[in-house]
Amino acid sequence: MPQDRTAAIVGIHEYPLRVVGSDISALQIKAASAAKALEDAGFAWKDVDAVYDTGSDQGIGGLGISEYFGFKPSIIDNTSVGGSSFEFHANHARRMIEAGKCNLALITYGSTSHSDRRAIGTAGATGGGPSNLFRNMEDPWGLTLIGNYAMVKMRHKFQYGTTDEQFAAISVATRRHAMRNPEAVKAMTDLEFVGVNEISVADVLDSRTVAYPLHLLECCMVSDGGGAVLVASAEMARNARKKPVWIIGGGEATKYRENGGDITVSAGAQSGPVAFQDAGVSPSEIDILMAYDSFTITVMCMIEDLGFCQKGEGGAFVSDGRLDYDNPGKPAINTDGGGLSSNHPGARGIFLLMEATRQLRGESTSQVANAKLAVAVGNGGQLGSRHATGATILAAD
Amino acid sequence: MAPLRPQPAFPENDTQPFWDATKKHELTYQTCDRCNEVIFYPRRHCTSCGSDQNTWHVSQGLGSVYTFSVIMQSRHPAFKDLGAYAVAYVDLDEGFRIMTNIVGIQDPTTDIQCGMRVKLRWEDQGDGEVSLPMFEPA
Ligand SMILES: [Zn+2]
Repeated sequence: MPQDRTAAIVGIHEYPLRVVGSDISALQIKAASAAKALEDAGFAWKDVDAVYDTGSDQGIGGLGISEYFGFKPSIIDNTSVGGSSFEFHANHARRMIEAGKCNLALITYGSTSHSDRRAIGTAGATGGGPSNLFRNMEDPWGLTLIGNYAMVKMRHKFQYGTTDEQFAAISVATRRHAMRNPEAVKAMTDLEFVGVNEISVADVLDSRTVAYPLHLLECCMVSDGGGAVLVASAEMARNARKKPVWIIGGGEATKYRENGGDITVSAGAQSGPVAFQDAGVSPSEIDILMAYDSFTITVMCMIEDLGFCQKGEGGAFVSDGRLDYDNPGKPAINTDGGGLSSNHPGARGIFLLMEATRQLRGESTSQVANAKLAVAVGNGGQLGSRHATGATILAAD
Repeated sequence: MAPLRPQPAFPENDTQPFWDATKKHELTYQTCDRCNEVIFYPRRHCTSCGSDQNTWHVSQGLGSVYTFSVIMQSRHPAFKDLGAYAVAYVDLDEGFRIMTNIVGIQDPTTDIQCGMRVKLRWEDQGDGEVSLPMFEPA
């Protein structure tokens, strides 16, 4: 089966600062990033005819975000499924372009989580807002967001015998990549990380336990940030400034707390195979896996559920340096430094698309030799209760 | 007095019958009259077939720990000075999974295991208010 060549990522911009103070708002980050992404692509502001944005920042909604930019798009899509929203957006944009409904889709994200001092990980499980059945059935027992993921790690350890050392290997590889990325080094410095340096398995296990059995160095940072991604039709992509990165497959799925369900199996077990079938490639062919690393357990589940190894065998798979950008074993993982060590303002999914694009253009700071295929897999919501997993498969010519 | 935990808030039609029953120390769940699905969290409709015909039951309060975490750091005022505490999913013998706390143990990081048998213990939240179902070793 020939790979699809109908829609491509043609422009990207990752907002460089992770601590913005009060100088710039979430909306301003989006607009600034949109302009830079258009510059990267070589297209003009007025060329945008589709807007993909969660509409959840600063409360102006999907109608407001288009007005704010000054676009009159024929497509507005405000799918909001947490950190995986952007893989959903990219897949939706490709299908709309295939259907001939638009030519240049803009995906945007902006957040000032760090400067707002939002206690994302250690505040209550479901946060504020009006009463609903989930809050009523979950908030009284004091589960934190980190505790939610820790419950999945606990069950994974129990069910498959996965060790803390194996989980730590994910943090070690990701930090190694971060140290090669000047923006990640600046991020860790600005966020006052203790020790902006490569780390060992022992460092991870010696870091304090935030929610047993998750250690601090298994948890993502809380930064500011944002960015923009442009998806174009094949015709426009051929005229872009840089070589196109084709979207060749996509899958989206959701998963919930279920009576008798297996908490170690994510929605990726449903959306991953759909994406691979759509793309006509297999996991063993993938050079780079950009997997949402809110926590080490999230990456472990994505690796297994997308079929890079058998379920429960992720622990052995991630060991022995396999995830490193320069290891001959595929795939390299989170080569920008990930949410663990480079950028996590609350919803990281858009950055997965960006680093996958950099790799397939040959622009990464931890460049994988001859990179041809990448997967961006976002995981939004909370892994141990309700979440969405969107997978986007990308290819270079 | 320690600040109050987050309480269920009403009106909230789907879970109100569950919380009303806790005032009588009854842990309740639903089954669908059409397809026998066990429905939990509580809802007016069946999550398997969409029927709005279902029956409430009272659980015996026996089950096993499916998984858990020990929270070392919480910023919520009711929990931040509590010390390490365990949050868990418990699978009740009647076939439903509830979020809860595991209590009645010395050290939550060593004294709880997945699969451990547990039994219901109520923690009243105040005069005439709801009671929180928690679990301790059976
Ligand atoms: Zn039913």
